[in-house]
Amino acid sequence: MATVFKRPESLTDAKFHYCPGCTHGIIHRLVAECLDEMNIREKAVGICPVGCSVLAYEYFNCDMLEAAHGRAPAIATAIKRLKPDCFLFTYQGDGDLASIGMGEIVHASARGEKISVFFINNTLYGMTGGQMAPTTLLGQVATTCPYGRKVENEGYPVKMAELLAGNEGSAYISRVAVNSPANVVKAKKAIKKAFETQAKGLGFSMVEILSTCPTNWGLNPVDAMKWMEDNMIPYYPLGEFKVKEGK
Amino acid sequence: MAKGRVSFFYDSCKACGLCVHFCPKDILDFDEDTINPMGFHPVVIVKPEECTGCAICALMCPDLVIEVEKG
Amino acid sequence: MNKVLMKGNEALAEGAILAGCRGFFGYPITPSSEIAEYMARKLPKIGGIFVQAESELAAINMVYGGASTGTRVMTASSGPGLSLKQEGISFISEAELPCLIVNISRGGPGLGGIQPSQGDYFQATRGGGHGDYHTMVLAPASTQEMMDFAILGYELADRYRIPVVIMAEGTLGNLMEPVIVRDEVTNFVEKPWAISGCQGRKPNIVNTLHLTAEELEGRNRHLFSKYEDIQMNEKRAETFMVEDADIVVVAFGLLARVIKRSVIDARKHGVKAGLIRPMTLWPFPDEHIKAVTDTCKVILSMEISMGQMIQDIRLAAEGRVPVEFYGRIGFLPNPEELTREILAVAERKGL
Repeated sequence: MATVFKRPESLTDAKFHYCPGCTHGIIHRLVAECLDEMNIREKAVGICPVGCSVLAYEYFNCDMLEAAHGRAPAIATAIKRLKPDCFLFTYQGDGDLASIGMGEIVHASARGEKISVFFINNTLYGMTGGQMAPTTLLGQVATTCPYGRKVENEGYPVKMAELLAGNEGSAYISRVAVNSPANVVKAKKAIKKAFETQAKGLGFSMVEILSTCPTNWGLNPVDAMKWMEDNMIPYYPLGEFKVKEGK
Repeated sequence: MAKGRVSFFYDSCKACGLCVHFCPKDILDFDEDTINPMGFHPVVIVKPEECTGCAICALMCPDLVIEVEKG
Repeated sequence: MNKVLMKGNEALAEGAILAGCRGFFGYPITPSSEIAEYMARKLPKIGGIFVQAESELAAINMVYGGASTGTRVMTASSGPGLSLKQEGISFISEAELPCLIVNISRGGPGLGGIQPSQGDYFQATRGGGHGDYHTMVLAPASTQEMMDFAILGYELADRYRIPVVIMAEGTLGNLMEPVIVRDEVTNFVEKPWAISGCQGRKPNIVNTLHLTAEELEGRNRHLFSKYEDIQMNEKRAETFMVEDADIVVVAFGLLARVIKRSVIDARKHGVKAGLIRPMTLWPFPDEHIKAVTDTCKVILSMEISMGQMIQDIRLAAEGRVPVEFYGRIGFLPNPEELTREILAVAERKGL
């Protein structure tokens, strides 16, 4: 028998610290598999966020930098400009990217920075205990919107993929989910496409990945997948929002 | 003779149940008689002869617990 | 030796380039903007990178990223911008990344003004951001020193793996003087910690997170043992006529240059004055202060602020002589005014 599935080389041997059923682990693995398959691990530099994946530098087996909250795109910008042969990726949550780091992500995209951003949208701040994020859905309960998010008080959830697709500097923008085997396969294709976009020097790439947070949603991991399908995907439609083709 | 073979790194299993849920052959289950070092009942294969080696369990596992062979 | 007429900000920028700076990340703010403009013109022509960031936060984090590659990089700003940069400076200090951070100072608090100031002394010398750390702080007093301290700054930054701050009043940034252009720096230290892809080695990690108490305390102790080395080796000050001085003025930056004239004028009036000019604000040259406490009767701290450096002077003087203060806000006082103040203090003290 031939091995058809094993741990990618671009991950270290460290066990993930994530809660049971948290899809960060799936997404880490997909990113690592793409680094392996494109044979770019030794050229990769990953930037970790602040949030649940703050320790990602212990998991990716490549050069890593731990950023301040929201600043990963600025850091990646400088490294990519100074070391254009490197493959830069940032791994950011929704509080990190869509709230405190909104300025950095929008301008990295507008400048067309040749970096790949993996944006993990699980509709709340996980690490700090389930507070409302810019991506929290209307009606969704979080510890800082205990009566459910209301338009009149908290406004509307931010759609980052649509927002960034409007920037001329964005070369590849898509939204995927990891709620089913078929969608996980699609998510990996999108991640690879983001790296390929960077390899071709086409501009900024971002994959928004709808993710679960069973712990803070108060659901078991299987029900959390269902909740994502029923609640998140209708508001955050999956698909490619910007695809700049190479010359 | 099974077409596929799955092996589990039991110590890493957090018993999230995603592999059990998504296995198309419904041949995985929690091992209620075992508690791993993290305090979970790890997943085991209960009908190994029916494994097709499709690797969907590994695909959905967030903790890289599963290796899959096929042939 | 050929002299070239340059603005302070331009001399500093050129000095940085001579020292090998190949990355500038900034955001416009008066009175520092000429540094960014100079870099925007020059860096692309010599294989360097210039990025005008969307904010000071982004700019300092670009410095964080740029420095992590081992490249000599920098940013320049002024008071309100430096406040925003403190987050990044704290991270860069903990990650021990060498870089140059320039503060062409203006008055505060708040928007304050765009006239010269030394009111950022506390911010610069106490770390400025969150946590236990220091940056090295150099205070030039001439356009020549703007260039020379940029070169020295990178040398110190690399040697100690520390961000170096150059703090100069806005006036100095915009003052034109003849400058001897220095030679290009050709010796650089190896940076095996830098991140640029892990080909042929284990991955490098740049990180400031230390979750266990043991690790965090270890990191803090490591930083502070480095700071001890710096305090041992890198204190710098210029002394002027202090040997027989009854009244020693302590002042830094361009203000100190003005005071040299006042020291001479005071002596013409029969008051034996002298001057100590700290060139490093951190580490503070406390031994230079201590050395005059055996011979002088009074120390006078003169600052373009409400009195910040005076605290360091008092700590250094250890109560052996009284330390007086004279400060103005928003402008560089002229020598006549400063002479009058020196004479007034001398009279009060019966000198």
